[in-house]
Amino acid sequence: MTAEIDQLKAKPTVLNLGPSHPAMHGTLRLYCELDGEIIVKAIPEFGYLHRGFEKHCENSTYTQCIPYTDRLNYVSAMMNNVGFCKAVEELMDIELPERVQVIRVIICEINRIIDHLVCTGTNIVDIGALTNFWYYFNVREKFYNIIEKLCGARLTTAYTRIGGLMRDVYDGFEAEVRACLKEMLDALDDVSGLIGKNRIFLNRTIDVGVISAEKALSFGFTGPCLRASGVPFDVRKDTPYYDYENYDWDVAVGEHGDTYDRVVVRFEEMRQSTRIIEQALAKLKPGPIMTDDKRAALPPKEEVYTNIEALMNHFKIIYEGVRPPEGEIYSATEAANGELGFFIVSDGTGTPYRVKCRPPCFPIYQAYASMCEGGMISDAIAILGGLNVVAGELDR
Amino acid sequence: MELNALSEQFKEAILQATVRGGQGVVECQVAKLHEILQFCHQSPVYQIDVLLDVVGVDYLGKAPRFALVYLLYSTNLKHRMRIKVWVDEKDKVPTASDIWHSADWAEREVYDMFGIHFDKHPNLKRILLFEGFEGHPLRKDYPVNRRQPIPEIEEKL
Repeated sequence: MTAEIDQLKAKPTVLNLGPSHPAMHGTLRLYCELDGEIIVKAIPEFGYLHRGFEKHCENSTYTQCIPYTDRLNYVSAMMNNVGFCKAVEELMDIELPERVQVIRVIICEINRIIDHLVCTGTNIVDIGALTNFWYYFNVREKFYNIIEKLCGARLTTAYTRIGGLMRDVYDGFEAEVRACLKEMLDALDDVSGLIGKNRIFLNRTIDVGVISAEKALSFGFTGPCLRASGVPFDVRKDTPYYDYENYDWDVAVGEHGDTYDRVVVRFEEMRQSTRIIEQALAKLKPGPIMTDDKRAALPPKEEVYTNIEALMNHFKIIYEGVRPPEGEIYSATEAANGELGFFIVSDGTGTPYRVKCRPPCFPIYQAYASMCEGGMISDAIAILGGLNVVAGELDR
Repeated sequence: MELNALSEQFKEAILQATVRGGQGVVECQVAKLHEILQFCHQSPVYQIDVLLDVVGVDYLGKAPRFALVYLLYSTNLKHRMRIKVWVDEKDKVPTASDIWHSADWAEREVYDMFGIHFDKHPNLKRILLFEGFEGHPLRKDYPVNRRQPIPEIEEKL
């Protein structure tokens, strides 16, 4: 009898998930071999959003690269701006004024909150809970209003410049941010209350997509996904920049490395970001928003119109671009999804010789297939949302 | 960050070892690359547990044409290292995917963009671009405005 049943075994089904599927965020595609509803083998395919970011940078001035970085992780665009500018500034050895550093910390943390709102909100939607998504997106909209007032754009911000910022914050910025943070914490409490004891949510996320700390490290995980596995690695703590070591905040660390931990770590990080922003707002003192280093900063307009040297300097910086000395640098920041690194090679001219972006989700997505295999198709969706893979920076 | 242990262990294979901006920068021979990476991974002095990325750089006109930079990090000791090797188009670079999983895709990307081959790599094929793409776009002699039609290829699992 058993021999007969073996002969009846069905052929594996091949299912193509994505690239244009509402649950495969962005343009990701997973080619699955199924046995019933179990994924036996999964092959991820991506690159649909590849637009040659690195090649474009090699043909632009350093300042022209900044708008390209918006399109990397478009959910938290300002963090990419900051990451790229920080690398160039380190290459040129530019010291930033304190106000610039504090504003950069504030906008980075606001973008971290937005990114986590989108990531956890959509992850919970994929599992079937829509209400939380609206709670989160209401707040996200308010944060985007602030960003719009700050730089005129909502998603493609290009807010930083090499050596400083595009413009200063507007009057009433502090009060608006504080009001938004309060609303965000309320929304966070609402969502935590809705899903905290929800059987469906817990069953769909606990012990789903487990990855051990050791495996996560070997796969090159960073950020919340690594911390969910129990490794307290955070660039802001371990190799601090922008005075992060002097803010009072804690690193959120998970334990099991499953989807549930990844969601909860992000919840906690949003709370910690609020703490950082509160302290940064208190530290915000009037001051210049651009370095006075003549290699990077445009001369003041009065001088450009009255002084020939300032006029020439202005044209040189605009036409030829900022010119870092010959050399190479790797500089990392903690973006919403992990370590965002830029490796830049300069040949001393105004265009970078090579820019390599190290996106946090590239190594994370590599582990995705192995996390899906052996689970149900529906688990693959729950896992993907928690990993927060953004196609813009995955494909570059 | 100090690099004496590495220099003593590998002597001539290390062409240059300096610390710049708190990061260890090592230039080494490609023949010893795998051993050096393995050493960094296992030695208690370095404890490199994360391979962040592999970066290719095309120095068109130089004798070994390409440079490969391995970006390393130790979560325990909180230090960064860069290991750089010079390779030519025909060279077979030993894969690091048996040491770190993350090397698998990172090396595929380098292969895709620069056409550098990795020896003993489990699945060396294009990653961001499609099968049938001609040339390697991040090489300096690939024109920035060149366009290619996407060929119709039957997909195999």
